[in-house]
Amino acid sequence: MVQDWRKLEVVDRCVADSYETPTMAETHSLQDLQQPAVSSKVFVQRDYSSGTICKFQTKFPSELESRVDKQQFEETIQTLNNLYAEAEKLGGKSYLEGCLACLTAYTIFLCMETHYEKVLKKIARYIKDQNEKIYAPRGLLLTDPIERGLRVVEITIFEDRSIGSGR
Amino acid sequence: MHLGVSESMRECEYSQISTRSSTPMETPYKKRTPKKRKWESFPGRNKFYCDGRIMMAKQTGVFYLTLVLILVTCGLFFTFDCPFLAQTLTPVIPVIGGVLFMFVLGTLLRTSFSDPGVLPRATPDEAADLERQIDVANGSTGYRPPPRTKEVVINGQTVKLKYCFTCKIFRPPRASHCSLCDNCVERFDHHCPWVGNCVGRRNYRFFYMFILSLSFLTIFIFAFVITHIILRSHQTGFLNALKDSPASVLEVVVCFFSVWSIVGLSGFHTYLISSNQTTNEDIKGSWSSKRGKDNYNPYSYGNIFTNCCAALCGPLPPSLIDRRGFIQSDTPQLAPPTNGITMYGATQSQQSHMVSESETESVTKTSAFRAPNSFYRPPPLLSSSSKAPSPSS
Repeated sequence: MVQDWRKLEVVDRCVADSYETPTMAETHSLQDLQQPAVSSKVFVQRDYSSGTICKFQTKFPSELESRVDKQQFEETIQTLNNLYAEAEKLGGKSYLEGCLACLTAYTIFLCMETHYEKVLKKIARYIKDQNEKIYAPRGLLLTDPIERGLRVVEITIFEDRSIGSGR
Repeated sequence: MHLGVSESMRECEYSQISTRSSTPMETPYKKRTPKKRKWESFPGRNKFYCDGRIMMAKQTGVFYLTLVLILVTCGLFFTFDCPFLAQTLTPVIPVIGGVLFMFVLGTLLRTSFSDPGVLPRATPDEAADLERQIDVANGSTGYRPPPRTKEVVINGQTVKLKYCFTCKIFRPPRASHCSLCDNCVERFDHHCPWVGNCVGRRNYRFFYMFILSLSFLTIFIFAFVITHIILRSHQTGFLNALKDSPASVLEVVVCFFSVWSIVGLSGFHTYLISSNQTTNEDIKGSWSSKRGKDNYNPYSYGNIFTNCCAALCGPLPPSLIDRRGFIQSDTPQLAPPTNGITMYGATQSQQSHMVSESETESVTKTSAFRAPNSFYRPPPLLSSSSKAPSPSS
């Protein structure tokens, strides 16, 4: 096992050494230089204290303390929670949609989106917006929870390569 | 280029990669491999049809039996009984029969073919993170720790969330792992062999509509076949009536035996819906008052009407497993080191690729997207994850 990564470490040095020569390995190293290296990932788990509705814990993870403002982060998560609550809300509108769908034998969803899907698109736009404005400048990336089956909010922490070797 | 050294280095690199699944690293340029859809590498024991649009359980024999029974009985009814009834009584009878039949078939197919609410399995990073948290909490290392549970208070009731060893997640409340389909399903009701699928959050309303409309259809056919026989026997006598329309006998037999079970099942599920329970919870007696004086169902909305509306007309959540999405395999993949050191991909797309390929690999491996001079950098947070136990499904 130990032998494996040592081989790879040597390969890595080889790649760096052969930087000036146009090889396939070099193409990769060029690409790699442009990509920030991922340092770690933080996962914000679901909060089930209100039942089965989609809600994420607003507790501020300690790994992000040096990166982003606590208030800002909690506001992001709270907005996400509110959006998911809107998607799953039981009310006149959702009942109407459900009854209409039942009467048309659910064929109506071939032409129109469900309310939930509309809100999911809204959430995707919000996350993109937050990433662009707040998190990307701080070297963080929020992953849309729908890509993780609504289990977690995954926050990728990119190491700041300008500082030097990673932590 | 130092030929001698780098050649042997390249050999090391190639020999490392060749032990893995085929990746086009040997070629000087990227070969365009055909894009696979995510359903093709789905880890559960499900069958997919129509390029991922239809999803069913592995055993579908009983489903075909259900379909045959319904089609044959209705077919016989429309062919042999309806002409007589339309002439003698009213043509509205076959029309109503037809509408009921279409509704039954529609809801059956919808129940059988849709995703019941399968929870996708945890990505390797998530699983590693959870394992680390549990190790920290337990203080234990090495061999497989005892079953893990988390307690959460919902509406004043303490609910235990269990850790699923196959899916590597803490199951949400009301979710359960179906051993037949090998998936965790949200709001798991039961696995129904008659519809050839699990019944869960996303298809429970279709299942209920199916059994309800089938009850009406069964009673409808039973009643009108009896009426047909009676009317005919007024004209030609009982035995002759039976001889003239032998199909009716078969229909009566089928309907008679089905009506008890189907009507009974409809009644049972009506009770479950009105009290907002799942079959799973009812069988286990999770919210039964026999367990304790303070035991009540925390998910119930308090009144029957709201419970029914919520179950049948509430918002339909989308499928979490994205069956028809493409697996992103356009970024170069390196065989990750096998001693449990995790390398991270910089993009989410690599993550989804690793999810599909990592079924049999160690929990801590992800796609390696290496940067020069920094290939091996042990992230301090993950040094303990190398001791994570390998998955056992």
